[in-house]
Amino acid sequence: MSSQEVNDWIRKQIANNDVVLFMKGTKKFPQCGFSGQITQILNYIGVDYADVNVLDDMSVREGIKEFSNWPTIPQLYVKGEFQGGCDIVKEMFQDGSLMQLFEEKGVAYDKSKTMSA
Amino acid sequence: MPMEQSVLESLIADAFPDAKIEINDLAGDGDHYAAHVVSSAFKGKSRVQQHQMVYDALKGQMGDVLHALALTTAVPQD
Repeated sequence: MSSQEVNDWIRKQIANNDVVLFMKGTKKFPQCGFSGQITQILNYIGVDYADVNVLDDMSVREGIKEFSNWPTIPQLYVKGEFQGGCDIVKEMFQDGSLMQLFEEKGVAYDKSKTMSA
Repeated sequence: MPMEQSVLESLIADAFPDAKIEINDLAGDGDHYAAHVVSSAFKGKSRVQQHQMVYDALKGQMGDVLHALALTTAVPQD
């Protein structure tokens, strides 16, 4: 895809899904430790999310880095907003701000599965 | 193409002169580091912005030269 097409395609994934994870591999078969850590967190707290395997298309793999001004994969978007990569999502899970974000944005998750439970 | 720990440290130090920087080599291969950066430059910035500031300091080498950086940032306690 051309860079314009890639940006449009990325924008569409982000707009069409409350939660989108750009990752290496899939939520069932992550192909990178960092991507896998975020899928574990999202699967654990029972959030419904779209997984985009950037390994399927090099233009997406590079395009998302420019799109987000973020040099690595994975990348998490919630309700159209970039949240960060593995480090930040892990921090957000540990300090509870990830579940708080889902609460505020009206994204369903399994409330029994919070760190304090 | 790995990155020397000293190069990583100086790139961050150059961009954040007041920073306290802790770097751990996670794999001994020059490709996997953990870094904790404390700087007043992060004041008022979101976590994403703080990390983007550190990635900018690495002048485009993050993700290419350096494969993995487990990064945590903080503002100094007053």
